[in-house]
Amino acid sequence: MDPVVLFFVLGLAARLAKSDLRLPEALYETLSIYLLLAIGLKGGVELAKHPISTVAPQAMAIVVMGLLLPLLAYPILRFFGKLNNFDAAAIAAHYGSVSVVTFAVGLAFVAKRGIAYEEYMPLFVALLEVPGIVVGILLARLHTLKTVRWGELAHEIIFGKSVVLLVGGLCIGWLAGPQGIDPMRGLFFDLFKGVLALFLLEMGLVAASRLSDLKRSGLFLIGFGILIPVVFSIIGATLGTAIGLSLGGTTLLAVLAASASYIAAPAAIRIAIPEANPSLSIGAALGITFPFNLTLGIPLYFEIAKMLHK
Amino acid sequence: MNTHPKQLLVIIGEATLEKFLVRDIKVFGAHGYTITDVRGGGEHGTRDAEWEGSRSIRMEVVCEETVAERIVEHVIAHYAKNFSLSLYVSNVGVIRKDKY
Repeated sequence: MDPVVLFFVLGLAARLAKSDLRLPEALYETLSIYLLLAIGLKGGVELAKHPISTVAPQAMAIVVMGLLLPLLAYPILRFFGKLNNFDAAAIAAHYGSVSVVTFAVGLAFVAKRGIAYEEYMPLFVALLEVPGIVVGILLARLHTLKTVRWGELAHEIIFGKSVVLLVGGLCIGWLAGPQGIDPMRGLFFDLFKGVLALFLLEMGLVAASRLSDLKRSGLFLIGFGILIPVVFSIIGATLGTAIGLSLGGTTLLAVLAASASYIAAPAAIRIAIPEANPSLSIGAALGITFPFNLTLGIPLYFEIAKMLHK
Repeated sequence: MNTHPKQLLVIIGEATLEKFLVRDIKVFGAHGYTITDVRGGGEHGTRDAEWEGSRSIRMEVVCEETVAERIVEHVIAHYAKNFSLSLYVSNVGVIRKDKY
């Protein structure tokens, strides 16, 4: 197991043991801003090296996947989970969107094994944040579309901190190029893994707190939070192979498809679908799927990608 | 010391509501507000402010009684059903009555 994941396990164990460990909220905010910017910058620098004709068709196919994933999750939540329309749509939105930190751990996983990947992948992370949320909201409001304040909502989604920092980082990296970013390499690239470890310690504490939410929602969401990521990872890995991504890129796309958002989606969905119970979607995304992906999921998705790449 | 009677309206709720509350209270005639980040718990569970989803705010508005009434009615009608909320009012004495 990658040492960064052990930091997550430490946070999880500390909270479950009712330790008084608590990271200041300002640190959580600082670390998440750093991670989003650093991932964006690295992707931007690499993006500048590739012609748009290579990246654009891949990006379009990936956005289509982002639109389809919540459409697959929704009927399962509705009919097997017996959830109401709002809760099903909200959870579908979380699983349609992506988790940047899960992606960061995926990056650490492929980098540790020396597996090559398309280093402009952060572009796909930014692109995949939005479609799942939009489709989730459409599913919830299909019969009352006129009541949706689309302007307000578009602002919330597009100018939410995760998209602003990822896209901002991508643009800065792309404009500055490798030489421009070089003086910042020490901060944004060399310290990345240490910061990720600290952030995962905090996420362990948060994820353990969310586990109690799931006691009320029962076994279905626990099963959903484990099985759906695996199914989605197969879709991601199949698409990655089909659009010609390398083994590392395919693994990372599988990780993205399998991940559930806990930054962009909760904020947007709380406003757009206030009727939905946030403890269900956040409990499943953070309490089940996030720990599963970090510990067992990512190595499994790598094996799936390897099988498809043969 | 000369003071003038006003109402202090306190709204404690999810941080997601902040921008909507700020917009709404101005529409109903409040002149200003003060917001602080807080933590707490209640029938909706514990809100520990550890990450974005569990942040809460405490909004204080000093205003005329009629303004406080209109704000309370609006907040209850629009947000109370789906969001963790706590509201209360108290009588306060302000020094500069035109400010509120």
